Amino acid sequence: MKAKHQRLVLLSVALVALIGAGLLAIWALRNQASYFYVPADIRAHPPAEGKAVRLGGMVQRGSMHNEADGVTVDFIVGDGKASVPVRFSGIRPALFVEGSGVVAEGHLGADGIFHADNLLAKHDEKYVPREMKNMTADEARKAVAETR
Amino acid sequence: MMAELGLCALWLAAALAGLQLLAGGLSLGAKGSDLAGIIRPVAIVQGLLALAAFGALVLLFVNTDLSVKLVADNSHSAKPLIYKIAGTWGNHEGSMLLWVTVMGLAGACVAVLEHRLPQRTLNATLAAQAFISLGFYAFLLFASNPFARLVPAPEEGNGLNPLLQDPGLAFHPPTLYLGYVGLSVAFSFAVGALVTREVGPAFARAMRPWVLGAWIFLTLGITAGSYWAYYVLGWGGWWFWDPVENASLMPWLAATALLHSASVLAARDALRTWTVMLGVVAFSMSMIGTFLVRSGILTSVHAFAVDPTRGAFILALLAVNIGAALAIFALRAGSVAEGERFAVTSREGALVFNNVMLTSILGIVLLGTLYPLVTEALGEKVSVGPPYFTPTSAIFALPMLLVLVVGPLLRWRRDRLARVRGLLALPALASAAGLVAALVLGVPAGLPLVGLALAPGLAVASLLPLKGRNLAHAPLPLWGMVAAHLGIAISLFGMACDSAFSQETLIAAREGESARVGPWTVRLATVGPIAGPNWTALEARLEAHRADGPVHTLTPQSRSFWAPAQTTPVSALLTRADGQLYTVLGDEVRDDKGAPTGRWQLRLWWKPFVPAIWLGGLLVALGGVLALLGRVAADIRRRRVEEKIAFRRNHPKGEQ
Repeated sequence: MKAKHQRLVLLSVALVALIGAGLLAIWALRNQASYFYVPADIRAHPPAEGKAVRLGGMVQRGSMHNEADGVTVDFIVGDGKASVPVRFSGIRPALFVEGSGVVAEGHLGADGIFHADNLLAKHDEKYVPREMKNMTADEARKAVAETR
Repeated sequence: MMAELGLCALWLAAALAGLQLLAGGLSLGAKGSDLAGIIRPVAIVQGLLALAAFGALVLLFVNTDLSVKLVADNSHSAKPLIYKIAGTWGNHEGSMLLWVTVMGLAGACVAVLEHRLPQRTLNATLAAQAFISLGFYAFLLFASNPFARLVPAPEEGNGLNPLLQDPGLAFHPPTLYLGYVGLSVAFSFAVGALVTREVGPAFARAMRPWVLGAWIFLTLGITAGSYWAYYVLGWGGWWFWDPVENASLMPWLAATALLHSASVLAARDALRTWTVMLGVVAFSMSMIGTFLVRSGILTSVHAFAVDPTRGAFILALLAVNIGAALAIFALRAGSVAEGERFAVTSREGALVFNNVMLTSILGIVLLGTLYPLVTEALGEKVSVGPPYFTPTSAIFALPMLLVLVVGPLLRWRRDRLARVRGLLALPALASAAGLVAALVLGVPAGLPLVGLALAPGLAVASLLPLKGRNLAHAPLPLWGMVAAHLGIAISLFGMACDSAFSQETLIAAREGESARVGPWTVRLATVGPIAGPNWTALEARLEAHRADGPVHTLTPQSRSFWAPAQTTPVSALLTRADGQLYTVLGDEVRDDKGAPTGRWQLRLWWKPFVPAIWLGGLLVALGGVLALLGRVAADIRRRRVEEKIAFRRNHPKGEQ
């Protein structure tokens, strides 16, 4: 290269690449970030079918039902205002019981059922997922109000 | 008593760091300072005192001294000894003490070992090191004292998170910390070189072994952490783009770039300001990682305490350290003369490309990790996961890997692609073979297919620099480069295989029933109780076999700890030459009335060639070790020769 200011050229190449990476990142983040919903939100503004989102709320008492295959569970997540049916296949976290808080990672299907790929249940106080810090069973409504 | 001694050592170490900073700063004045002579010894004693404080805390944990708050909160007398020791750093305060200990010891090592740099530069370097240490000492002493007492002492401790009660934990955090904090040395070198205007090949040669050392530990730490997540979480994945994983990946990316640009600076005296900048960025990433992990603003098993003051304190430290370094950089960068020029098609050109791509990936990971924090401040909760990270980082990783095929074959300064075209036929052939094989096996278009095509070519290309050389006389750093690049290829192969060929079966089985996963037939023989030192478990006996092959027994557990009361699955793995069988035991299925049905949930994976991911990682680290040994040996040889020359000069013939 004959350029007199090779340093300047290198710097601009690096800057262009980095700015390109930044723009790409921002564009991808807007499309790929997974939003946190409570049931009332997901009813009011349903996300696009198949888009990865997270759903948080309380597992309604009496709603848990095991399918015949032994590994799929259906339950209803509610926030006191609305409720969403959820289906999950897999090994459930130890503290996943009726009346407890849960965050489900997954997507809303065409059938109106939320298909969870992963469940995060409330663990002990120290290692609780941050979204569920305040979601003890008694404080469900209050907690949901806070998450909004 | 032990707690008070530890606290005392910590205060003394902090005071010495202050003295080290003062003496270092004064020695930079126009006239120098009488204090300059004490900098080295002070740095050494400071490191030893920090080590003593850390030793005191380890002893407190070993003896389960429950009158110390930290021990009562995080330990339990019934824990096995190894987890009592590992528990020392399995919490916020202890891990920060480990951090400053490593930092103090790193400074001490620089003081003992470093003889190549001009005295003034070394003084400035040690002063910079003391400056960073001082901030973290203040953080420990004022905001997270590990030696605080608890009155009255409780009868029993709270125990340690069961997920952390694993042999991997004993080594994973210290390894990673050696890497994180080792980069502080590169940071201090960069600041020292800027302050004394000594940015040149000598500075790069002096810094390189420290960067290499830190990078080796980071590589090992990330590899071990990935394997830990793989078999402890029981989710079958090996990388989740969890913020904490990203916090370790970002310094690694920066250190990898720094390593390569330091090579250019050492060999060719080019990329001066860029190398200094990377030195600052690499340690900044370590500190950002610490901030993200330790401030508790992220959801993670690593986020120990949610305490806003601590987060603010680390954020302030981060701002002061990075801000000061960038200010020095801005003031001095203009006075760093431009280095040697080079053509685009040259070894330097390829390394610049590698650097730009690595920093771009770093930017993408950083933005993705911080994005949830930004949106949360704006009132929207989001999380960013693999759908973002994997494709966007691949956009930059793939061109980088392509250039990695050619780069090591190019000459310094100026070269022609036509010269190496003949050599490239071999990797091209290997890649074509990989592509055809993957297509025959029915891998759909996508990243796994690209990985399967690229990996064989990269593996062959990584060996090409050895072609035509006498292998017995090839220098160690060359072997190091070959090993590290080969490791990348092997790791890439493992990742692609895992994505392309993994098979999963999820069933509820009665005792005696079988399931198939991939080529394996797995039979649930029995499920029974079993007891450990601080847990009880239900253990399944699985009998697995392939076609007519021998029967292997696997014993996954569902383990219940008493303190704290928690249940966690413990997976069982069977490693074969061509992959791993991964088994997890879930709950007993209950009917809607809650009565047990005698069926047990089992999750089985067959993951062909997945261990290649971590074997590749180990090979990368081994490459670093070889390069480090080669550099250190060369330095020792050079110093011997210099001593001999000096001796001859001072003692002319006949006078001996």
